[in-house]
Formats: sequence, structure tokens, C-alpha cells
Amino acid sequence: MNSLYTWGAIGLLVAASTAGDVLLSVAMKKTGDLGDLRRRQALGAVATRIFTQGTFWMGIACMTVAFFSLLVALSWADVSLVAPAATSLTFLTTAVAAKLFLNENVDQRRWLSAVLVGVGVALLAW
Amino acid sequence: MTFRKYLVLGAMILFNAFGDVALSHGMKKMGAIHAHRLTDAVAAVFTPWVVVGILLLLGFFACYLTALSWADLSYVIPATALGYVVLALLSQWLLGETVTLTRWAGIALVGGGVFVLARGPVLTVPEKPRPPAVTADAAEGQS
Repeated sequence: MNSLYTWGAIGLLVAASTAGDVLLSVAMKKTGDLGDLRRRQALGAVATRIFTQGTFWMGIACMTVAFFSLLVALSWADVSLVAPAATSLTFLTTAVAAKLFLNENVDQRRWLSAVLVGVGVALLAW
Repeated sequence: MTFRKYLVLGAMILFNAFGDVALSHGMKKMGAIHAHRLTDAVAAVFTPWVVVGILLLLGFFACYLTALSWADLSYVIPATALGYVVLALLSQWLLGETVTLTRWAGIALVGGGVFVLARGPVLTVPEKPRPPAVTADAAEGQS
């Protein structure tokens, strides 16, 4: 399959996956610590609290796009290309998105970790 | 971090790693999906290995959401990479595959990255706005 198609699918996978991660993180921070909630509320009540959040479903929609992009990319190219390329890029894009959109304290330690893990996963899956 | 939270992160790492393997195996068995027949990707969801992969990834998803409820995204995502290290080591011990020098380098880098990450805080605590500074005049007025 044309490499342009493959990289298009990988690009869509990385973008959708990063957006999904950010939206789900927003939804879960709004929900609160699930461990604490479970001590005070029944499982159904906690589930309702999660499932009634718009950002949760937007995150799921992005994850669905990412999932089908992965299936298509895996059928077009070897997992040895798709897995390292998509996962390494996602570690970096997620760190950038966490700082920009979630105001997380992505300090030197976390940047270093994202780069080490990104390169490491690329080497592992190559 | 409590033991229970480490347990959630551990389960998340394992579900993710094994789920990815099942999905990859399922899609390879199915063959290439052509650009003009993208609906084949929907049919792939109902093949056995893809179903197993999806069930494992649902387990991952439950743990992932739980972790995101008490940890930063930029903490949780790199932590999931430890699953690749587990897989590489398992493939050598259980399947007799050779772990090449490149893979050992990858294992060292991912392990190092997660070690660096784990030594930092799990959650960003938003800074509280500082109370307005008491000026000399106001302080005199109070006394």
C-alpha cells in the first residue's frame, strides 16, 4: 500500500488518540478520584457520573476514530512500522497537549521521560 | 501512591500490551484492507482475535480511566510503555525469541524513562492564589 496512505492513517491515529486522551483526562478530573467515589457511592452512581459528561463521549468518539485508523494502518503496513511510529509520536504529542490544554506541570522530568520512552518504544518495536 | 493505585497501573500496563498483540495478530490474519473497501475494518471487529483484543483493551480502558481520575495524563501515558518492556522480556522467556541489542537498548530507555517519571509527582496541584500582600500603610492601620 502507498506509504502516503500509511502515514496519513498514522497521522490521523496520533491526532485522534491525543485529542481523545486529553478529553478523557478532562472528563475523569471532573468526575473525581474513582477510589474515593467508590467508597461513598454505588458503582451505578459512579458510572452515571462518568457517562453523563459530554467530554467523556467526545473522547470516546476520538478514540473510535483512532481505533479504526489503527486497524486500517495495521492492514496497510507492518506492525513494526505502525506501532513504533504511532506510539512514539503519541508520547510526545500527549506531553505537549497536557501542557497546553490541561495546564499540567510538564517539567523537565516529564519531558525527559516522554523522550526516553518515545525513543525506547521505537527501538523496541522496530 | 497507595498499593491499590500501583495495582491499577500494573493491570493497565498488562491489559494494554496483551490487547495490542491480540489485535495485531487478528488484523494480520484478516489481510490488507483496501482504500475503496474501508467497511472491511468494521467486519474485522467480529473476528475472534480482534474480539479478544477488544475485550483486553476494555480492561485496559477501565484501568486507564481510573488512573486518569487521580493522576496527570502526562504521568499515565508514559507509564503504559512499561508494557512493551514486559512483552519483550516475555517473548524471550516464553517464546524463545532473541532479544537483539536494539531491543535491549529500547528496554533500557523505556525503563529509564518510567523510572525518571515515577520519582516525580503523580498529579499537578493547581497553585492557590496568594492572599494580597499587606502594605505598610494597611499594616499600620491595623495596629
